[in-house]
Amino acid sequence: MLQKTKGYLIIENWLKAKDFRPFTFQEDSWQQILQGNSGLINAPTGCGKTFSVFLGALIRYINEHPTEYRSATNNGLQLLWITPLRALAKDIGRAMENVLEELAIPWKVGIRNGDTSSSERQKQKRNLPEILIITPESLHLFLAQKEGGSVLKTLSMIAVDEWHELMGSKRGVLVELAISHIIGLSKKTLSVWGISATIGNLEEAKEVLLHSIKKKGIIIRAAIDKRIDIESIIPDEITNFPWAGHLGIKLAHKLIPIIEQSNTTLIFINTRGMSETWYQTLLTLAPQLAGAIALHHGSIEQELRLWVEDALHTQKLKAVVCTASLDLGVDFRPVDTVIQVGSPKGVARFLQRAGRSGHGPGEISKIYFLPTHSLELVEAAALKQAIKEGMVESKSPMTLCFDVLIQWLCTLAVGDGFRPEALFKEVQSSFCFSEITPDEWAEVLLNITQGGIALNQYDEYHKVIVEDGLYKITSRKIAMRHRMHIGTIVSDAMLKVKFLGGGYIGVIEEYFISRLEPGDTFTLAGRNLELVMIKDMDVLVRKSNAKKSIVPSWNGGRMSLTANLGHMLRKTFNTALSNESEIEIKSLRTLFETQETLSHIPKDDELLIEQIESKDGFHLLVYPFEGRQVHEAMSAILAYRIGQITPISFSIAMNDYGFELLSDQPIPVDDSNVTELFATEHLFADIQKSINSAEMAKRKFRDIAVIGGLIFQGFPGEHKKSKHLQSSASLLFKVFEEYEPNNILLRQSYRELMEQQMEEERLRSALNRISNSKIVICFPKQITPLAFPIIVDGLNRNNLSTERLEDRVRKMQEQLVKN
Amino acid sequence: MTAPISYIIQDQQFWLSAERAIYWEAESVLIVSDLHFGKTGHFRKNGISVPQAVYKEDLLRMANLISFFKPKKMIAVGDLFHSVANQELEMFSKTRADFSSMELMLVKGNHDILPDNWYEKNNIETAIGNYGLKQFNFVHDQSEINHTAAKFSFSGHLHPSITISGMGKQNLSFPCFYFTEKEAILPAFSKFSGTAKVVKKKNNTIFAIVNQSLIEI
Repeated sequence: MLQKTKGYLIIENWLKAKDFRPFTFQEDSWQQILQGNSGLINAPTGCGKTFSVFLGALIRYINEHPTEYRSATNNGLQLLWITPLRALAKDIGRAMENVLEELAIPWKVGIRNGDTSSSERQKQKRNLPEILIITPESLHLFLAQKEGGSVLKTLSMIAVDEWHELMGSKRGVLVELAISHIIGLSKKTLSVWGISATIGNLEEAKEVLLHSIKKKGIIIRAAIDKRIDIESIIPDEITNFPWAGHLGIKLAHKLIPIIEQSNTTLIFINTRGMSETWYQTLLTLAPQLAGAIALHHGSIEQELRLWVEDALHTQKLKAVVCTASLDLGVDFRPVDTVIQVGSPKGVARFLQRAGRSGHGPGEISKIYFLPTHSLELVEAAALKQAIKEGMVESKSPMTLCFDVLIQWLCTLAVGDGFRPEALFKEVQSSFCFSEITPDEWAEVLLNITQGGIALNQYDEYHKVIVEDGLYKITSRKIAMRHRMHIGTIVSDAMLKVKFLGGGYIGVIEEYFISRLEPGDTFTLAGRNLELVMIKDMDVLVRKSNAKKSIVPSWNGGRMSLTANLGHMLRKTFNTALSNESEIEIKSLRTLFETQETLSHIPKDDELLIEQIESKDGFHLLVYPFEGRQVHEAMSAILAYRIGQITPISFSIAMNDYGFELLSDQPIPVDDSNVTELFATEHLFADIQKSINSAEMAKRKFRDIAVIGGLIFQGFPGEHKKSKHLQSSASLLFKVFEEYEPNNILLRQSYRELMEQQMEEERLRSALNRISNSKIVICFPKQITPLAFPIIVDGLNRNNLSTERLEDRVRKMQEQLVKN
Repeated sequence: MTAPISYIIQDQQFWLSAERAIYWEAESVLIVSDLHFGKTGHFRKNGISVPQAVYKEDLLRMANLISFFKPKKMIAVGDLFHSVANQELEMFSKTRADFSSMELMLVKGNHDILPDNWYEKNNIETAIGNYGLKQFNFVHDQSEINHTAAKFSFSGHLHPSITISGMGKQNLSFPCFYFTEKEAILPAFSKFSGTAKVVKKKNNTIFAIVNQSLIEI
């Protein structure tokens, strides 16, 4: 049927002229689109997933307008293309324009994101292009205009690119809400298509996306098999005490021949701070690469980033040091090699990064793994095995994000206003809010109209006002401020870094710069810069020739090892001392022997616990290999349960392999009580109690407070005035805890903690596994190779105490006197 | 309210309260700093829904301190108010009227931007920069102390807090009173205010506010 339509014939001829043939999954997609269906297309990057949806929309349009498809202009919006990355928009737009031009279809393609000028926006509003490529945030901004919704009435199709990336985050919730709203506005039957890389829960991903159109939809899989070649870079010498980060740089010289032998290499570094260090190190090691190597991360000026991306396309660069900033996006054809520095934390991410190399059909993706501490070699072995077994992680969709809902209601109130009865149905149709209760809805409405607990006659809270049942924001100031805050990506206050004589370099977190004095030297965008002064929201600098400089540490979230990789990791340790292990494991022989001599190497049916005494105090180390996130929860519960035996204070550190409880007094854990401490009985109650005594919810609250509009980051150039509206998330958290503990956003921070971090199910299954394991308690005389990275790198410690505050202070003072 | 702690400065008897105030006995003066009244109202007026209860509690705590010490005069060393006027300040005016016989001196801080007639109406005397009383000097920001004239200064602005550490990498932070031989820096009175870390040096005396009590560090 598809093959007989006019649209198909036109497209097929056009492809034939270029010597292309459509893939089966593309034809399947076109067929489904013609039938008005919705669904999810699962395809790796670089094999025409864009065309599967875009050409489908064109075929349908040609079929519906067989005579005038080449002449009709100003058809109104036909295809809304939602993409998570601004950088993607430009390239996709260009590709679409080329096709339209060659087919002589007079459609216009518009791009709308943070970089779109306001005159362009005005033009778009008056006369929308047929295709609009937009980020989730810009889509919300679009809907925050007066009559922003009414121009969407002609729309017949929404495509959501990289849905796997959006779904697990609050940006995905922005997409869900926008779709639910557009469905309410649209006069046509909308079809919604997601495009996703492979994740463990594709079926769920489809359900979440299509929830509000109330259709089952279909999943179309591209049967394209990609071969991946993984090679670990093995250090010549293994230190027995692996210290995260430091080994990596020592191995940098091993990258030079790889870079030189490859066409173009992408070097993925996990943090922005380390990427600066790597860039410098590579340049020092191979000065001949100057000009052929570049740096790309989220804090670098956009123009420079775009230049790097262009240079990648045109093969002007030998190598680019980058962060997750290049995880997504269009393919850079010249890239034939990828190097992953440090653990990728999950199978899916590793595959995604590997897939950035070797795009052509039949080409192999080549990825090198460079460990930043020697134990990461175990992860490399586990990764290889996981990929062999086809394990890929799932992404959990978010539910009941009241911070995003509050923002969304204000967005609509800034636009045309809303009526709660109608909107409630719409919101409830989204997956995220499918379980919202009328009470919770009422509470959200109350929050935006009355602002929680107030002192009646002295209150002037009028954010959203109600006129004849219509909820709207009338204050221009509040409306303007809200528009500036739309979005869910929360970062610290960022300051612009500029040269004294002009010239913009990038942005930097206020937190970092506030700790520097004028005259200090720091590194940004690969340059050494001397701080001259901070003026308003600008950091003024000059070039520095100083040898030593401080590399900023960005407060970006640390990723946690996934359950899949953790499982593989535990199994990999079984082979630690075997002669038939992978090369990575063999190279760690002496480290494992040291571990075995001092303590024990845990098998996958064992749980190792080490108790060590040092000058810092008493360490209890536990190695469940469940990933940082589970360890954070498990350590809090264990600390809480030990605290019930005796009043005790803990400082808690963790990595992906295990966690450490550190105390100033002996920790009462031994064979007699250890099984009980890991029991699943009273788990729920103990989770509740331990999260109340730990400080984890405070960290969750930070993002929620910004998204929910409690933290005002200020207008550019209006620094002083806005200062009176500034407060920190931790201060607000404290104030809410004390004065409005029932606040809906505060409660959400605890709920997110429960669901994402302290997830009862995952904890319970981890604890069940442990209860079926043999618990091995050792008392090493010194710190072991497994313990070392946890103890040394234990930044971001959690604290949990069951002692009285006054007692703790007195004890600390006594210790001070003794020392 | 827990009992205040005795503290002698230049042979004068002072009392430190864990409710974040200092009482000067001989002159019957209550010294406070950084009260930031009207802050919650300012936030709320701008569409940021912080609970007003924190303001109510701050105001009540001030009233309790006044009832307890019965000072002839209260000196606020700056940031008595947070920003421009809002309705919340009427609550302050009422409390002020309840203690109308007490003098109130405001040494203006960077947040005190209300019009002069507002202070007059509420029976508040104001000073800009350094204000002297007997042998003591009062100023908002210690960097503005007039060192040639002042022997000992009371200031605020900083919102000082002290971090103490113990074994097992334990750290705790508390708002604090900070004394040197020539200076006293008061903790911020308002519970809706952040803090800045200070470091203990030799010859400094620091009192941390731990729950309802003061502990010398």
